[in-house]
Amino acid sequence: MRLLVRVRDWLDERFHWADLIGPLKKKTVPVHKLSYWYFLGGITLFLFIIQVCTGILLLLYYRPGANEAFESVQYIMTRVQFGWLVRSIHSWAANLMILTAFTHMFSVVFLRAYRRPRELTWVSGMLLLFLVMGFGFSGYLLPWNTLAFFATKVGTEITGQVPLIGHSLMVFLRGGEEVTGATLTRFFGFHVAVLPGLTTLLILVHLALVQYFGISVPPGVEARWSAAPAEARQMKFFPNFFLRELMAWYIALAVLGALAAIRPWELGAKADPFAPAPAGIRPEWYFMFMFQTLKKIPAKVWFLDGEVIGILVFGIAAFVWLLLPFFDQAGSGRAKKLITGAGVFALTYIIAMTLYGYMAK
Amino acid sequence: MATWRNNGLHKALLPPLLMILCGAARAQTANTCLDCHSLLDPPLQVTQERFSRDIHAQKGLTCASCHGGDPTRADADAMSKQAGFRGKIQRAQIPELCGRCHSDGAFMRQYNPSLRTDQLSQYRTSVHGKRLARGDTKVAVCIDCHGVHDLRPASDTRSKINPLNVAETCSRCHSDAEYMKGYSIPTDQFAKYSKSVHHEAMAVRGDLSAPTCTTCHGNHGAAPPGVDSVENVCSTCHVFQAQMYEKSSHKAAFQAASLPGCVVCHSNHGITQPTDAKLGTGPEAVCMQCHSPGDACDQARVKMLGDLASLDAAIQSANKVLGIAESSGMEVSQARLEQDQARDELTKARVTIHSFQTQLVEQDIQAGMRIAAKTQAEGKAALVERNWRRMGLGFSLGAILIVLVGLRLYIRQIEVKAK
Repeated sequence: MRLLVRVRDWLDERFHWADLIGPLKKKTVPVHKLSYWYFLGGITLFLFIIQVCTGILLLLYYRPGANEAFESVQYIMTRVQFGWLVRSIHSWAANLMILTAFTHMFSVVFLRAYRRPRELTWVSGMLLLFLVMGFGFSGYLLPWNTLAFFATKVGTEITGQVPLIGHSLMVFLRGGEEVTGATLTRFFGFHVAVLPGLTTLLILVHLALVQYFGISVPPGVEARWSAAPAEARQMKFFPNFFLRELMAWYIALAVLGALAAIRPWELGAKADPFAPAPAGIRPEWYFMFMFQTLKKIPAKVWFLDGEVIGILVFGIAAFVWLLLPFFDQAGSGRAKKLITGAGVFALTYIIAMTLYGYMAK
Repeated sequence: MATWRNNGLHKALLPPLLMILCGAARAQTANTCLDCHSLLDPPLQVTQERFSRDIHAQKGLTCASCHGGDPTRADADAMSKQAGFRGKIQRAQIPELCGRCHSDGAFMRQYNPSLRTDQLSQYRTSVHGKRLARGDTKVAVCIDCHGVHDLRPASDTRSKINPLNVAETCSRCHSDAEYMKGYSIPTDQFAKYSKSVHHEAMAVRGDLSAPTCTTCHGNHGAAPPGVDSVENVCSTCHVFQAQMYEKSSHKAAFQAASLPGCVVCHSNHGITQPTDAKLGTGPEAVCMQCHSPGDACDQARVKMLGDLASLDAAIQSANKVLGIAESSGMEVSQARLEQDQARDELTKARVTIHSFQTQLVEQDIQAGMRIAAKTQAEGKAALVERNWRRMGLGFSLGAILIVLVGLRLYIRQIEVKAK
């Protein structure tokens, strides 16, 4: 303990440590019956940290390339000490991170935490959600197994339908006209260099904004507290909320460990580009609602290509969703109802189409 | 009943009548034969559409190439002796007529250099050809199998001689008990073949290399394989079985008894998927039809059957363990690959059965047993590893639970202190 105190004093002498962590000490978290939603952002961050750590460990053995990728993952799963655990945690944490990111996003919508002055916090959060989905899409191909190969083929084909830039975008993603080893090395580059860099930067911006603006209080609670200030309750971020968040992280770790030990992530069969696509090719669950929608749109709607319409609608919807706070500037009851309604519709649609995608043959 | 057709008058009136009827058409085509024959009733009817499907028409041959005459003329002289008109070709003359071109290597080279030109000489050696030479015109001639006027190459799936259609083409005569009366041969070949493993490979799995009638009997030289040649015929595909049979004591015994080799145990047209039960004593068993219970051969049979069963059981057992490991999420794909090798050894042992030498069969069985034992051990190791993982998970969850409780108590403590 004496050593720790000496280190702290040493740092304080040089960097004025106390000034740096001062705001953190003063930071508080509102306490009300919906406070548990505040944990989701932290859990998502924890899962991202897990991804970075397990990803670095996987990099020690993973070899990108059509002739080596599958074998190297197979080696990790069967020969490397605890390789199965690292890979399974990496895969499960990826899926849980997307789930918690989506849940976090919808909790922000329904608690209206995106309101002025936190518009940029929302925008940075939405960009993070897109990046996380990019992580999922690029990482799915890396084991070079049959399902991933054909799902990537279908996924990049859909990208090719984007008007004007679609074909160029598809060629850029694939590194050619077809999904080949070039696509794998390209996706590997996105997955381990481009996306982590951008994500880390955006996480820092997002956290700085959360720190700067403080934690939002739901409008209903805020109104009650304004009417009766004595009812307003706050909790110190450090150590009170931080320790609770730590408990949430431990629970997430327990869930991850259980999933990895009981259901290690499957490897499947090595991709064979010359084999016919197996039946029932589906994307990862978080792309299922879009995939199922595109499947159900008629080939031609009036004179337009059905798939192009679907992609345009999803593109516009994502852009509008990104700018959501700017439609709720006046704080009018109508805008509030409209956004909550849109949130309920989006959530219902995503769940319904995902279930439909898994149940439809 | 006297009709216009069956009184002698039509022979005199038909050509001029047809010439009048075909007046309009002859101005449009160069083949006056088809102008008229397209208007006739079957069997004399040959339409332009039908003839255009014929490989000969596609190669530029005309009606005159076989029937003589002059298809460019529109009068009765088109079918005159002066124009070389031969009329309807008699069945007995058909092979010779086809052979005029198809036995001429120099001529055929212009159209299809890889096409054989020995069909006629082969046909003369066939049962069909020999009987035809003796005056039996009921036997198959070229057009019965290949068709006429719309003859397609064998590679065309609509052709009667495409591998997919050969059995049905042969069955048109050979399954017709009335037609085959007097030949003293069975007419159930097609019915049996339709249930055989060969037919399944051909018709169900679309394997065009699977045997059909002509594979074993020959096509132009079609004849039943003799007792001595059965083994040679089967060995064109079943090479290893034949090699093993060569080493066996059955070879000499069957020859001495004039038994037709492979057919003795496997039958001919109705060959079904062979199972180990053939070595048993049940309804499918074949050994005990000749051998006596308890003799040396019966003991060898019991040994080989037991060996096959034990390897099969070892593979099944390893499969079961690997299945459990797989369903627990363990990665055992390498062991699965090795299991394929064990199954290959079992297949090899089943082939070696044809040597009827227990020590040779046992060698294959032992090789398979070693692989199955290894994969079984790999499966068991995967299950042990799974149990370790679950135990590790239990300890980890316990540790996490202790930390959670500790954290909760600590939070309570600092919050009570703060108050």
